[in-house]
Amino acid sequence: MTQVKELIAKILFMIAAAISVAAVIVICVFIFGNGVPAIAQIGFFEFLSGDVWRPSNDLYGIFPMIVGSLYVMAGALIIGVPLGILCAIFLSCFGGKKVVRIAKSGVQLLAGIPSVVYGFFGLVVLVPFIRETLGGTGQSVLCASLVLGIMILPTIITLSESALNAVPDPYYEGAVALGADHERTVVKVVVPAAASGILASIILALGRAIGETMAVIMIAGNQVQIPTAITEGVRTMTANIVLEMGYAVDLHRGALVGTACVLFVFILIINFSFSALKRRNKNG
Amino acid sequence: MADNEALTKVKPTRTSSKIFRTLVYAATVLTVVAVCFIIGYILIMGVPQIKPEMFELEYNSDNVSFMPALFNTIIVILLSVSCSSIFGIGAAIFLNEYTNRGNWFVRLVALATETLSGIPSIVYGLFGLLFFVYYLQWGLSLLAGVCTMAIMTFPIIMRATQEALQAVPDLYREGSFGLGAGRFRTVMRIVLPAAIPGILGGIILAIGRTVGESAALIYTAGSIAEVPSTIFDSTRTLAVHMYLLASEGLHIDATYATAVILLIFVLIVNAASTFVANKITKSKSGE
Repeated sequence: MTQVKELIAKILFMIAAAISVAAVIVICVFIFGNGVPAIAQIGFFEFLSGDVWRPSNDLYGIFPMIVGSLYVMAGALIIGVPLGILCAIFLSCFGGKKVVRIAKSGVQLLAGIPSVVYGFFGLVVLVPFIRETLGGTGQSVLCASLVLGIMILPTIITLSESALNAVPDPYYEGAVALGADHERTVVKVVVPAAASGILASIILALGRAIGETMAVIMIAGNQVQIPTAITEGVRTMTANIVLEMGYAVDLHRGALVGTACVLFVFILIINFSFSALKRRNKNG
Repeated sequence: MADNEALTKVKPTRTSSKIFRTLVYAATVLTVVAVCFIIGYILIMGVPQIKPEMFELEYNSDNVSFMPALFNTIIVILLSVSCSSIFGIGAAIFLNEYTNRGNWFVRLVALATETLSGIPSIVYGLFGLLFFVYYLQWGLSLLAGVCTMAIMTFPIIMRATQEALQAVPDLYREGSFGLGAGRFRTVMRIVLPAAIPGILGGIILAIGRTVGESAALIYTAGSIAEVPSTIFDSTRTLAVHMYLLASEGLHIDATYATAVILLIFVLIVNAASTFVANKITKSKSGE
């Protein structure tokens, strides 16, 4: 009797574990199964490198959207990475216990704010500000980069901080014993020792930035164009899906799912480099 | 790093050290100011916009009530998080208590979970639309939204549970086996109770994620601002409600008010998770 019960329990737990694998398979089947045939029908190169997106004429080129996603992502990294790493250094190497505790709850709060709230904040504060100071409509690459830069901060800070905390104390002590001051030790010894962990945090933040949707839609302007200035609007791949999925049919819907495929491939590459880096950290 | 507080208090003499220290402090201050500014701005602008009619139980375009959305958010949280908890905790138990670490199945599940946690919410939303809404023909419904969210929050709970289970000392298990308990009984009576704070931490994270989610829900649960009478009715949660209000641009005051409600939700969730985190550290230091 007990043995039967044990076996049933084991099988139930195993099914629960297998669900994650099943979910990944079903997601891949449905996203790629719907997207790839549409891409094939449009033409692989026309789809990826075409710069005209006009569903009413059956023209589906997502090149401007790919560029848009990359621009916004790069902008977010330019803002978020230096700020995040410096904050992590403060939390790990400079702050007193009390200050660190308060600052950490601030970071946690930042991570918890929903993306619509970030988007709305950008819409009512940053967009008018950019419109008045730099011209244009305000809904721009710059605005999206600023907001995304703040949104990826918690990811970078939390992961970089734990990488810095994991650096063994003798590294620090050795450098100080050789006469280096605190700052020099941090820059020349502690940060390099934590470099791969910090890099991993940046890669994860990259994934967050490229996958963010709702905040970007509200502040990036969403024009299908390759922007020539940071005050011009862009449409990212994620925005393209949300904006048009509501009414898309047939090939148009397929093209949107195809956009998700491209996004998915980007994310998979990012994820694999993240886990490869993490594995190397463990072995090293 | 350990106690270097004494050294951080020594004022640097090298110019480059001075610059670096200034940069570190400036970045931290900037981040703190950004957090305070965002939250302060939303609260200061939003709180005066909360009007009594927004608490009416029925939504219409005159009162712009967020109450149905609030109820829907709670319904979605309850259903999806309980669903993902059952599977997430079960999966973690299997990986941690029933298999050897490093086994191929464990590695496969770990890879799958990592992939799941990296997929952006819009891809989940699109998948939910293609699979639950179209393929299974559930339509835009509470059920489709809940299932999508359950898959999304599964990795969060599973990872938290795994970490909590790993932290339970093997002595507990050995003691239980030694007294003649089977594996199932050991897990249920000894290991799980010891891991509860960690699991709770994961559940709270999952709740936080669900509260703020909009991209995955807008094309699965839809946007009807009513409390659903069956699981096949369309619903809109607070975050979706706020997105729709903001993109319509007609009810800016109501958008501010909804943002405040969302922030309060997030603050409560954060306070809960800090409370649980303190509990964990306390129980660890008590050992």
